[in-house]
Amino acid sequence: MIEKSPTGIKGLDDIMCGGLPKGRTSLICGNAGCGKTIMAMEFVARGALEFKEPGVFMSFEENQADLEKNFRSMGFDLKSLIARKLLNIDYVYIERSEIEETGHYDLDGLFIRLEHAIKSIGAKRVVLDTLEVLFSGLKDAAILRAEVRRLFRWLKEKRVTAVVTGERGDQFLTRYGLEEYVADCVILLDLRVTEQIATRRLRVVKYRGSSHTPDETPFLIDSNGISVLPLSSLTLDHTVDRQRISTGVERLDRMLGGKGYYRTSSVLVSGSAGSGKSSLAASFARSVCLKGERCLYFAFEESASQIMRNMASIGIKLEPLVNKGLLQFHAIRPTRHGLEMHLVSMHEQVRKFKPDVVVIDPISNLIAAGTVMEAKSMLTRLIDFLKTMGITGLFTDLVHAGAPSESTNEEISSLIDTWIALRDTEVQGERNRTLHVIKSRGMSHSNQVREFLLTDSGIELLDVYLGPSGVLTGSARASQEAREKAEAALGVRQQARRRRESAQKRQALEEQIRGLRHEFEQSEAAERELREQEETLGKRTVQNRALLAHLRQADASEQDRQGKNKSNNEN
Amino acid sequence: MKTEKAKSAGGKSIWQLRLYVAGHTPKSMTALTNLKSICEEHLHGIYELEVVDLIKQPQLASGDQIFAIPTLVRRLPSPVKKIIGDLSNTERVLVGLDVRPA
Repeated sequence: MIEKSPTGIKGLDDIMCGGLPKGRTSLICGNAGCGKTIMAMEFVARGALEFKEPGVFMSFEENQADLEKNFRSMGFDLKSLIARKLLNIDYVYIERSEIEETGHYDLDGLFIRLEHAIKSIGAKRVVLDTLEVLFSGLKDAAILRAEVRRLFRWLKEKRVTAVVTGERGDQFLTRYGLEEYVADCVILLDLRVTEQIATRRLRVVKYRGSSHTPDETPFLIDSNGISVLPLSSLTLDHTVDRQRISTGVERLDRMLGGKGYYRTSSVLVSGSAGSGKSSLAASFARSVCLKGERCLYFAFEESASQIMRNMASIGIKLEPLVNKGLLQFHAIRPTRHGLEMHLVSMHEQVRKFKPDVVVIDPISNLIAAGTVMEAKSMLTRLIDFLKTMGITGLFTDLVHAGAPSESTNEEISSLIDTWIALRDTEVQGERNRTLHVIKSRGMSHSNQVREFLLTDSGIELLDVYLGPSGVLTGSARASQEAREKAEAALGVRQQARRRRESAQKRQALEEQIRGLRHEFEQSEAAERELREQEETLGKRTVQNRALLAHLRQADASEQDRQGKNKSNNEN
Repeated sequence: MKTEKAKSAGGKSIWQLRLYVAGHTPKSMTALTNLKSICEEHLHGIYELEVVDLIKQPQLASGDQIFAIPTLVRRLPSPVKKIIGDLSNTERVLVGLDVRPA
């Protein structure tokens, strides 16, 4: 592994797996105005500020005053760096018309100046911007080539990490073939304009002895200098949160397993114009802020005050939350910047505000600022960024009327964890809103369609009625509801009557049973009487016999037997 | 710093010349020899010549915007003129110094 010298430029070091090759010379080339000087200056300025490596900036194009002025607008105070002996700017002025060449010369003057500058501050980093001025300023190309070669060798001997910038050539990477001399690392910058929107891209053309991202990577220059937004930093290893966060609509929470969205997940709300996307987003934002958390709301369609007014009309009051500093709006026309600019400014706002939730309303408008492919790539990076920052993202997406609701413009559904579709249904001359959950990863969720109502007190979800002609909403649902109520009332009356009837019947039966039981008891009593009479009669017969025997004077002890025998005999 | 002076005779403007070298390299020595003979021949008595060795005084290089060695700078009369190289082509030196029209 070769040693690296980090540039300190956001994202660039990721692409180059750590930075530029330490102690070697790298070439940054590109057309005029593509950011070579800025990148080179950031390399030395950030090196001085962030890595305690003083640097020399040898400028062939801009003088010190101009450089100081230009970089002040990007937040670099070069004057103070120079005063603190962290930076040395040496402006080399070469004007062909003022120079006469006669006989042999070398560039020792340049070497001496460079060495002097390096020694004066103990520089570890050196920039030559751009060396090609030498070629246009001097006539003797043979001497120049030899001297440039010697210069690169010399820089290596000095063990400084150097950056040389060069203008893009037609046939070669640079107009004068500087890449021939710089063998270690070459970065190509590019500024392309598509549909009036400029996008900057960079590519590491060559990096000897190191892995790097070979793709073209978009980058941007704004008030903080260069930001590179590598696609390759997309990893799928963000930690998953089990915590839930309420959607702001109680019924929708219940549809999503009873608890709402997962934290740090990305939520897509798609629907046609006027289907209630923003309202759902605003409800979410409000519920988040009411819990004391922070929400950043990027509005690409309406101004902040317009959103607040509209949401207040349905009982979602956002203004107090804005005043409390929990909710922040960023309303901007998507066509104002290129996509990359949007992405970076979003990054910046997110870093500054540190929200728990980010709402983008709507993402579909971003396509206006780029191609679909670019929009997708940008959203991928945005979603990834939010996830790694532990932020829950809610994006609305405008689906054109007539298009199937399941097709999102950006085809970003695969990046989305929870997808809620809002739909306008037209039945019997009225449009009504419905809501259903298309998917929600990692939770059980309702698969039913709900009617989505915007009331004076926010969003309400209602059960829809399934009629023979499909889902019933609006007045159709209301009339169905009334009908069912009437039917139910009728049913109650009928049942009461039936209950009464059956009670009467039962009473009659009980009467009958009582009568029968009475009858039964009477007959039983009669029988008992009969049996008693019979028994008395039997007893009397025996007594009569005994009396007879007594009268015949039979032995008393043998009375019975004899009496029996006698009676037998008699019988 | 080596300084060789020749005062002007009779109110004529003085040619102030400065030759930048880096040590006693052959190129520098050739340039100095060539320059001296040109001056003696064409600017006799009206020139001042200063030789600056940047090895000894590197901080002086940026003042006159020196990048090539040797460099001859005509500081006066203005405008400032620069000639780089060992000054082996006398004609071009004279043109470069505006001693003779091109």
